[in-house]
Amino acid sequence: MANAAAGGRDLRVSPRWREAQKRRERWIGWLLLAAGLVSVLTTAGIVLTLTVDTVQFFRHVSLWEFLTDDRWTPLFTPKHFGILPLLNGTFLVAVGSALIAVPLGLGSAIYLSEYASDRVRRVVKPLLEILAGIPTVVYGYFALTYITPLLRRYIEDLEVFNALSACIAVGVMIIPTVSSLSEDAMVAVPRSLREAAYALGATRLEVALKVVVPAAFSGIVAAIILAVSRAVGESMIVALAAGSTPKLTLNPLESIQTMTGFIVQVSQGDVGYDTVEYYSIYAVGMALFLITLLMNLLARWVVRRYQGGERA
Amino acid sequence: MTGEWQRRRRARQRLDRIFAAVFLLAIALSLLTLAVLFWDVVRDGARWLRWEFLTGYPSRIPERAGILVPLVGSLWVIGLTALLALPLGVAAAIYLEFYAGDSWLSRLIEANIANLAGVPSIVYGLLGLAVFVRGLHLGRSVLAAALTMTLLVLPVIIVATREALRAVPLSLIHGAYALGATRWQVIRTVVLPTAAGSIMTGVILAISRALGETAPLITVGAWAFITYLPRHPLDGFSVLPIQIFNWAARPKPAFQQLAAAGIIVLLAVLLSLNAVAIWLRNKYQKKAEW
Repeated sequence: MANAAAGGRDLRVSPRWREAQKRRERWIGWLLLAAGLVSVLTTAGIVLTLTVDTVQFFRHVSLWEFLTDDRWTPLFTPKHFGILPLLNGTFLVAVGSALIAVPLGLGSAIYLSEYASDRVRRVVKPLLEILAGIPTVVYGYFALTYITPLLRRYIEDLEVFNALSACIAVGVMIIPTVSSLSEDAMVAVPRSLREAAYALGATRLEVALKVVVPAAFSGIVAAIILAVSRAVGESMIVALAAGSTPKLTLNPLESIQTMTGFIVQVSQGDVGYDTVEYYSIYAVGMALFLITLLMNLLARWVVRRYQGGERA
Repeated sequence: MTGEWQRRRRARQRLDRIFAAVFLLAIALSLLTLAVLFWDVVRDGARWLRWEFLTGYPSRIPERAGILVPLVGSLWVIGLTALLALPLGVAAAIYLEFYAGDSWLSRLIEANIANLAGVPSIVYGLLGLAVFVRGLHLGRSVLAAALTMTLLVLPVIIVATREALRAVPLSLIHGAYALGATRWQVIRTVVLPTAAGSIMTGVILAISRALGETAPLITVGAWAFITYLPRHPLDGFSVLPIQIFNWAARPKPAFQQLAAAGIIVLLAVLLSLNAVAIWLRNKYQKKAEW
């Protein structure tokens, strides 16, 4: 019998033991599934809490006022709840930081992907990644105590709290998002395309700008959208350096407030639950959540929409 | 004709070299900013870094202010976060890699994880405030903060763990199955021990992100001024980044320098966490080569 090979011991498992083992396997499967569902619950929780408290907010404030009033003064009387000034602030920081991060990030990505030797890439890439790992409150400190005083030496009308130095700090923070995601897209461009262009006598610059960048375009656009979405959601830099005066302005030298900056400001104080001020951070949070969600979906759509074309 | 072509070629090559310098300049500028940032922080903060600063309690007099309370608070929060997020994240990753297959449920979970990674951290703070602080009546406690941070780092941990699981050689998994092991036995005895090193690396990197997060904890209600050390998960707390924020926001230069000293402490803790992660990765890689 087979038992002889195993030294005479009976290695057959009893049906009952096997049944127990199967039950145990099933239980473990359910437990693991439960852990996986936590992420679904998190999304549901975010949507639910934002919705519930936003509905509370709109019991006190009309949607029309929220969307059209050009003043946001929930902490003073008379109270005004127009989100436009906060949107304006967020827009200013998003555009300003993109103006910093896109050229620097793309330049870095092109250099790393098309010019740099392997050794340089191995050293420089992790160094650039450090920029993304530095806590945002550190950038906020840097913007407030270094960038602003430095700029004020050259720009006379710059206010102590201003959008400009927040833009610079946020811009530097999102450089790695732009550079590493676009570099990934560029590296994925087939070598054959590059070599065909080189064979026609193109220089590295021509290969980079006329072959690689167009071929990786969707990936680069997605990288920029994701980076701007990070800038929109950034809180501590704008809370420290950009000020807390929501206003409709496109002048980066003035003090402004972003959506995230407002949430931080209210959270710091002792605002009672069940007040309009308390619900207002959820209404603003809802707007913030929707904007960043749309941007992330857009980024993924861009990649999926054009990926087929790239391969062809 | 040839002269014209040669001239143009030289112009194109010159342009190529100019742009090589321009692109390199982009990297140099980014790294220069990083260097200036570090230099600025060290210049402002180094002379405040004394033993009394590390072991001192908060004070309204800058010379007496210390960072012990937020330092301990940070260790509490990230410790609890690691305790909660590690099993949850690894379990979710195992489910997606070994159990889910290609069902609608697994696609739903994956889409969720991808979306959650893009949600601004302050929105997690709003969730934590509504659900943990108010809904579950945990108050402004270490536990409420750790639960919020757990949800925040979970997507990162899941993604990193899945990568680690996928790196386990199929031959090992097939070998275990061929010996008659059940799915869970294969995971417990073959997959997890093999992937443990890179899972831990990913988890530590995710946790170090939580260490620097400020906004969600302000929303959840870390205390700005607290004079006792947390002894219990339901105690109030402060954390390093919030203490830095509070000091930096004060107009008095002495407090801003304290903020710089606090930043040095925060970066030192971050750096040591990253060093552990790199050490683990190298150790694991050597074993894998063997």
